[in-house]
Amino acid sequence: MQIETTINNKKVTLEAANDEFLADTLRNYGLLSIRQGCDTSCCGLCTVWIDGKPTLSCSTLAFRAQGRSITTIEGVQQEAKKFAEVLVAEGAEQCGFCSPGFIMTVLAMKNELNHPTEEEIVHYLTGNLCRCTGYMGQLRAVKKYLEVK
Amino acid sequence: MKQVGKGIAKIDGMDIATGRPVYTEDMIPPNTLVIKILRSPHAFAKIKSIDTAEAENLDGVECVLTYKDVPNIRFTLAGQSYPEPSPYDRLILDEIVRYKGDEVAVIAATDEKTAALAIDLINVEYEVYEPVIDFEEADSHQSTVHPENDLHCNFDIGMKKENNIACTHKVQVGDIEEELKKCDVVVEETYYTQAQAQAMMETYRAYSYFDHTGRLVVVSSTQIPFHIKRQLARSLEIPSSKIRVIKPRIGGGFGGKQTGAVEIFAALVTQKTGKPAKIVYSRKETFTCTNSRHAMRLKVRLGADKEGNIKAYDIQGLSDTGAYGEHAPTVFSVAGEKTLPLYNKTNAVRFMGNVVYTNKMPAGALRGYGATQGTFALESAVNKLAKKLNMDPAEIRLKNIINEGETCLTYNGKLLGSSTLRQCIEKGKELINWNEKYPQKELSNNKVRAVGMAVTMQGSGIAGIDTASAGVRLNDDGNFTLLIGSTDMGTGSDTILAQMAAEVLETSIDNITVNAADTDVSPYDPGSYASSTTYVTGMAVVKAAEDLKKKIIKCGAHLLEVSPQEVEFDGKNISATNNTITLKKLAELMVLGIGKQQLVGNATHGSDVSPPPFVAGFAEVEVDKETGKVDLIDYVAVVDCGTVINPKLARIQVEGGIVQGIGLALYEDVKYGKKGGLQTNSFMTYKIPCRKDIGNIRVHFEESYEPTGPFGAKSIGEVVINTPAPAIAHAVYNAVGVTIKSLPITPEKVFMGINK
Amino acid sequence: MLKILDLVQPESIDEAYKVLTESHKSAVLGGCAFLRMGSKTINTAIDLSKLDLNYIREDNDYIEIGAMATFRDIETHPALKEHFNGVLPKSVNNIIGVQFRNVVTVGASVFSKYGFSDLITALLALDTEVELYKGGRMPLAQFMEESLQKDILTKVFIKKTGRIASYQSLRNSSSDFPILNAAVSKLDNNWLVVVGARPTRAVIATNASEKLSNGEDISNSAKAAAEELSFAGNLRGSAEYRKAMCEVLVKRAATEVMQCR
Ligand SMILES: Cc1cc2nc3c(=O)[nH]c(=O)nc-3n(C[C@H](O)[C@H](O)[C@H](O)COP(=O)(O)OP(=O)(O)OC[C@H]3O[C@@H](n4cnc5c(N)ncnc54)[C@H](O)[C@@H]3O)c2cc1C
Ligand code: FES
Ligand code: FES
Repeated sequence: MQIETTINNKKVTLEAANDEFLADTLRNYGLLSIRQGCDTSCCGLCTVWIDGKPTLSCSTLAFRAQGRSITTIEGVQQEAKKFAEVLVAEGAEQCGFCSPGFIMTVLAMKNELNHPTEEEIVHYLTGNLCRCTGYMGQLRAVKKYLEVK
Repeated sequence: MKQVGKGIAKIDGMDIATGRPVYTEDMIPPNTLVIKILRSPHAFAKIKSIDTAEAENLDGVECVLTYKDVPNIRFTLAGQSYPEPSPYDRLILDEIVRYKGDEVAVIAATDEKTAALAIDLINVEYEVYEPVIDFEEADSHQSTVHPENDLHCNFDIGMKKENNIACTHKVQVGDIEEELKKCDVVVEETYYTQAQAQAMMETYRAYSYFDHTGRLVVVSSTQIPFHIKRQLARSLEIPSSKIRVIKPRIGGGFGGKQTGAVEIFAALVTQKTGKPAKIVYSRKETFTCTNSRHAMRLKVRLGADKEGNIKAYDIQGLSDTGAYGEHAPTVFSVAGEKTLPLYNKTNAVRFMGNVVYTNKMPAGALRGYGATQGTFALESAVNKLAKKLNMDPAEIRLKNIINEGETCLTYNGKLLGSSTLRQCIEKGKELINWNEKYPQKELSNNKVRAVGMAVTMQGSGIAGIDTASAGVRLNDDGNFTLLIGSTDMGTGSDTILAQMAAEVLETSIDNITVNAADTDVSPYDPGSYASSTTYVTGMAVVKAAEDLKKKIIKCGAHLLEVSPQEVEFDGKNISATNNTITLKKLAELMVLGIGKQQLVGNATHGSDVSPPPFVAGFAEVEVDKETGKVDLIDYVAVVDCGTVINPKLARIQVEGGIVQGIGLALYEDVKYGKKGGLQTNSFMTYKIPCRKDIGNIRVHFEESYEPTGPFGAKSIGEVVINTPAPAIAHAVYNAVGVTIKSLPITPEKVFMGINK
Repeated sequence: MLKILDLVQPESIDEAYKVLTESHKSAVLGGCAFLRMGSKTINTAIDLSKLDLNYIREDNDYIEIGAMATFRDIETHPALKEHFNGVLPKSVNNIIGVQFRNVVTVGASVFSKYGFSDLITALLALDTEVELYKGGRMPLAQFMEESLQKDILTKVFIKKTGRIASYQSLRNSSSDFPILNAAVSKLDNNWLVVVGARPTRAVIATNASEKLSNGEDISNSAKAAAEELSFAGNLRGSAEYRKAMCEVLVKRAATEVMQCR
């Protein structure tokens, strides 16, 4: 089926099967930042924004992008880089496989919460698994990033 | 030092963080065949008949391969230096299937849906055997997991396959029974450590194709490109010179990718069809059909005098290698190798036992590699001893640990080159506030806070075996290229090795391009495992850079028409008293005109020792006495990894390892049903720690100087996973008096212990 | 792999129901987190997106939740935070993560009567009704007893009775399914004790509820709940452990309710 949607502020028409999930459609479209770490909606690696809300692209059927606005990390490179610089300075990206989904969630949090506490930060980011870093460095980076800005 | 010791950002950090397409799957060309695998529904069976005709006739199916289509040559998938200690007990596809999920047929099709459809069209008849599931019953079981006669071992590893014993191992110094008898106190306990999944975020994946010269190219997310090349050459009967293995960025490995899980299938399909082929494992396949940590049973007897001087200890183990023997002998022996030296004022020590085959997913390498299992057992026993003697557990360790410059019964007179373990323990006590918090404090609301501790050691590389090479080239533009074959899987080793080269060459890492790893280009390296990259490859890099530096000086002196002794090189200029030439100019001249030679430094390095890094780990937990739930409040890890080459990256290594250790301690458990079905095949059932599960983690370094290491460095990658399980178990004991002998420490076990 | 042959987006609920019942192997799509894990082939998938069921609204008597509202909507809705001591947000806010809760839907979760459900346990402790297209509007407790039929859950209504409520769950890893969960509520002297993830579906512990309503002490009532309900074992815990935890969680929830005056 054809899906008219907006991806990273560009109106596009995508072709997808009925049972195709958005993560695959986006990858096929060339957005290779989309990573998948599981097949049970558990890891958060595939997080994109749908109408600004962080959402699992692996569990969202592609047709539901119809008429909505999808944002991937490719579409917010400037802000992503700002945060990534803090993250990288902390050494808190290791294999980096979880990073795009993690950064999309961090940026969504920044838009959604005002001056979050540490507890609120941890809560908001819990759905992003990371097997490498042990989370502490990511937390230090997020705290630095939010205070800086 | 200008580069070493600096918290430099990773050279690939920004690109991987912001989502650039740099991983294996991102590079697969279009129109690559998709591979799917038909797997055994039985834990143990023989294929009586297999009919692939219908599947092959399906439009879009390129090939369906079974055991009839592969060479009858056994090999191991373990990534180890040749000759591998792991038994050659596999075929690419075998007539006998040995665990639920074992490969039965390989299907390649033009797309995923077709491949999936084809799977359903294959008809297989099995003769089902009684599987060996419980590893404690393996040696007396009526079934033989490996009945075949062509199984081959490169060494005598003590295999008794009719008893399902893959290998046996024994190290003994002194008369253990006699010495234990002499002890005032002997504690004895049997511990169980569970299988653990590596659970790297990027599952296993590879693709392959023939290049313009007809050579087989395999691109894979692997820790061991050179070993993969050798495996492919043997198993597919292709000359090794016709194979090239390339490793892009890796989305985590943790030892899992030290075993060749998928490359063979891609290569096989390309070999048969001549076409590019890819294989990307699902998370379920990754959990079900690759490898995990060896589950072990470890019985410890530990004897001491009244003052708490440990006189003798004995660890008797049983390890479960599952259906195939990848890493079976070595993981097991490491459990003893990294525990027997820890307390060295002994008269006798022993480590012995068997590794058995069962009809479950094979075990393999996972960070810690046996030391994790051994540490849990030994450290739990030491804590038990402290309790029995009514001594402070930290004191008993300070009394007994091996110190720098000392030897131990298993070291054959060799001396420990570096250790600050003593300081690590002291510092850890201070940071956790041990003297005030030990052992516990009751809170209101039925909760209790308590602390616990453990210490551990690992190695740095495999002594006398693993050898790495490195090359540093002065390019025509005055910059350098560092050529290595080690495999940065997110650890930052490419950056650290560049820091070392930059230090020697007195430049900054911006002037160094790191190239790794491609078997056509990289100098030989066994790969990144066994905590070897910083220590072994690092030393090779230092030597190569020094070699190049010498050449630069010699060449510069020649151009300046003075002797090498008369010039100085400061990274930018080669200067004599009244004349100078820039490095850039020198580089330019070396590739211009006649009689020149581009300057390249080369080195190969192996070490005859594997110096241990140390960690003292301290856990503070809160236990809910009504539910048995354990919350980790604080974890302090004090680490001796020799010189810290990059404090930022080292710290993250520690934090990541501690959290993986917390997972082992509290949440993670690879569970099988009675018939051998894996019950934990997703992140829904196999819980790795999430952000809310870990409490606070504090890391501190007590640097030592390892004389055999690059700039005094030892390893850090593995040792950090070992302490959480015993330290948390100890804290739980101190909180509620419940001894956890089998991991993980679930609320139910604690609750049942309290209410026994 | 989930397979969907046909996909429809009905403009009306009648039409949706018609497709559901008329076509063989049809299914309503919720957030699809559960559906995607199966290897089901759906002949006709029914997407409710055009039926405006994605809302939470409040009037004088009820809070009304549309079937397509997500768990994240529950978690963040001001009225739900405010009423019933915020038990509904509390019951869902540990499930996996924000991006997950932005996907999974209330309708699917309630309709499927999952044993492990956190939301159902909390809802059962309130004065909750569900509306099904065919089955009509009925108390949630009644719906839970009925056998599963082809129908579409459209709305959930929670009466703003001013119940004081508490929600408790015990998990091993904090993003895991619950080992056991419990909710206790009180309206004047009328208490309700609900226990779920036993691991079978949540039920009202009637004896325990009655005891509390009659003014018996909390520990006895909590014991009664553990005695009257059945428990079973699975990956996450044994029956014996669940039974013991039932007493603890009910006690804690009731104590919390008692303390909220
Ligand atoms: C990894 C994971 C962890 C989870 N952990 C928890 C947990 O800890 N606690 C908890 O409470 N829940 C948990 N859940 C369940 C989750 O909260 C949802 O309840 C579940 O995913 C179903 O919601 P959905 O929107 O994804 O439904 P779907 O997958 O879309 O649908 C599920 C079923 O409901 C049917 N359906 C959908 N909408 C309707 C409707 N309006 N009327 C009738 N039938 C309908 C579908 O046809 C399907 O049969 C977990 C789920 C997953 C995948
Ligand atoms: S891929 Fe794991 S949650 Fe989407
Ligand atoms: S950095 Fe590897 S999973 Fe997060």
